[in-house]
Amino acid sequence: MTLSPLARRVLAGLTFGVLALIYLPLLIVVANSVNPSQSMTWPPRGVTFEWWERAAHSSGVREALVTSLQVAVVATALALLLGTLLALALQRYSFFGKSSVNLLVILPIALPGVVTGIALNNGFKGILGVDLSIWTIVIAHATFCIVTVFNNVQARLRRLGTSLEEASADLGAGVLTTFRLVTLPQLRSALLAGGMLAFALSFDEIIVTTFTAGNGATTLPIWILNNMFRPNQAPVVNVVAVVLIVFSILPVWLAQRLSSDVEAAR
Amino acid sequence: MSATSTQTRPGRTTDPAPRGPVARPGSRLLHRMVWLRLSLLLSAPLAWMLLVYVVALAALLITSLWSVDSLSSEIDRSWTLDNFRTLLENEVYRKVALRTVGVAAAVTVIDVAIALPIAFYMAKVASPRVRRMLVVAVLTPLWASYLVKVFAWRIVLSEGGLAEWTGIGSPGYGLTAVVITQAYIWLPYVILPIYAALERVPDSLLEAAGDLGAPTGMVLRSIVLPLLVPGIVAGAIFSFSLTMGDYITVNIVGGASQMLGNLIFINAGAANNLPLAAAIAMIPIVVMLVLLTAIRRTGALENL
Repeated sequence: MTLSPLARRVLAGLTFGVLALIYLPLLIVVANSVNPSQSMTWPPRGVTFEWWERAAHSSGVREALVTSLQVAVVATALALLLGTLLALALQRYSFFGKSSVNLLVILPIALPGVVTGIALNNGFKGILGVDLSIWTIVIAHATFCIVTVFNNVQARLRRLGTSLEEASADLGAGVLTTFRLVTLPQLRSALLAGGMLAFALSFDEIIVTTFTAGNGATTLPIWILNNMFRPNQAPVVNVVAVVLIVFSILPVWLAQRLSSDVEAAR
Repeated sequence: MSATSTQTRPGRTTDPAPRGPVARPGSRLLHRMVWLRLSLLLSAPLAWMLLVYVVALAALLITSLWSVDSLSSEIDRSWTLDNFRTLLENEVYRKVALRTVGVAAAVTVIDVAIALPIAFYMAKVASPRVRRMLVVAVLTPLWASYLVKVFAWRIVLSEGGLAEWTGIGSPGYGLTAVVITQAYIWLPYVILPIYAALERVPDSLLEAAGDLGAPTGMVLRSIVLPLLVPGIVAGAIFSFSLTMGDYITVNIVGGASQMLGNLIFINAGAANNLPLAAAIAMIPIVVMLVLLTAIRRTGALENL
């Protein structure tokens, strides 16, 4: 198959054009964070760091950030544990109902977020009679974060094969010793990548969070949502948005480098 | 250490334990009993998924068959199909359901149309160096905050915002804005699986077709496209499901229009009618289940 030079140029133009369009709105948020106009009209007249200062001193932002970090850390830890166990079970053994278990792990992200949200909300409030708190957010987040760890670890296990583990067993190492000294070290970067993606997913999640947060806990996305429509808070939301762009990109980029695997990012 | 390794070698009677001090009795037991190892691995995650998620889904279905007492606004736990009757008879729900599916379909079609040429360029035209760069460039905004992206579009489309200033003109806040924003947010989710599928198509296959005299259009149509179907389907499922479950974007750039997610949120919260919210949630569940079973036949699900 030969592509004419024109076709190649059209494809390249299209690709880079769309990429530019993808980044443009994000750049606008950055530009607007120093836009002196409170209503954020365009083009900006001048540069101000007033909003950055106000954001730095906002206790609401700080508390929400701390809540988000707490939720993400605990949810990621839970997802790492459960996702790794599942990946080991599904990748190394065959058993009855394996494909159902596989489907079960994917379900929380395959079904629309609003379904997961209302199901958990109803489960906590209507069935268990539990008050919504930071813990209900953690449980909800861990449930859909399992799949990212699971995907990463499973892909790595598939590539590793079993020969090293078999060698270890033949040399007399017990099951747990083999895991600790042979399997786990080889999984380290996959766990790091999966954990980072789980962290980013939890840190960013809004739809499921609105259903499982209640009044007691405000994560950063919920704070943004609550303040976006308040005219005098919108510039501060802008600043928070810029900080979020930076902080969500860095770990993901790192995770990319670590896993160097397109499949793993899903 | 696969599950079968201990059984497929009947001649091997040596227990690995006597070799050295490393294997303790507990470990020997684990080594011999495959089912014990498996159930130790599976019990915690499976219990979590079943107790948290499956029970919640089942409870949702049950709740949709309850009702709310209009006087005490407590949940009345007697079986009734009233919620579903309301959904069928009230025109508002039908309209919103159709609108939601329509928006999800539009977003999916737009995203696939944009993703196909881009993924093709990335996988088959660009040099390896540019390809690596493009993959990172496409992936990075995938994980940039969802809310920030919607917020960005709110700014772009706002009165006196960039869209108006450049003279392109803003559609204002409404369904068009929802479709634009959603297509923007989920685009990387569609590009990725198509790119992954294209990467697996060997270049030699395309060259062979070209050498045998097939024009480029024919190669694309009869060789590339069929091989891409699983990737396209995977991407389409993501964008369709994600759009259908969204209600935040609609709140932020949707103006007065509503989607199913909004109705679910309002009924679960402010309107305090969890049973009705649960019944409405059955609509996206059923749509997704129908979609997934229809797609299952094509064999595309294995690539999700």
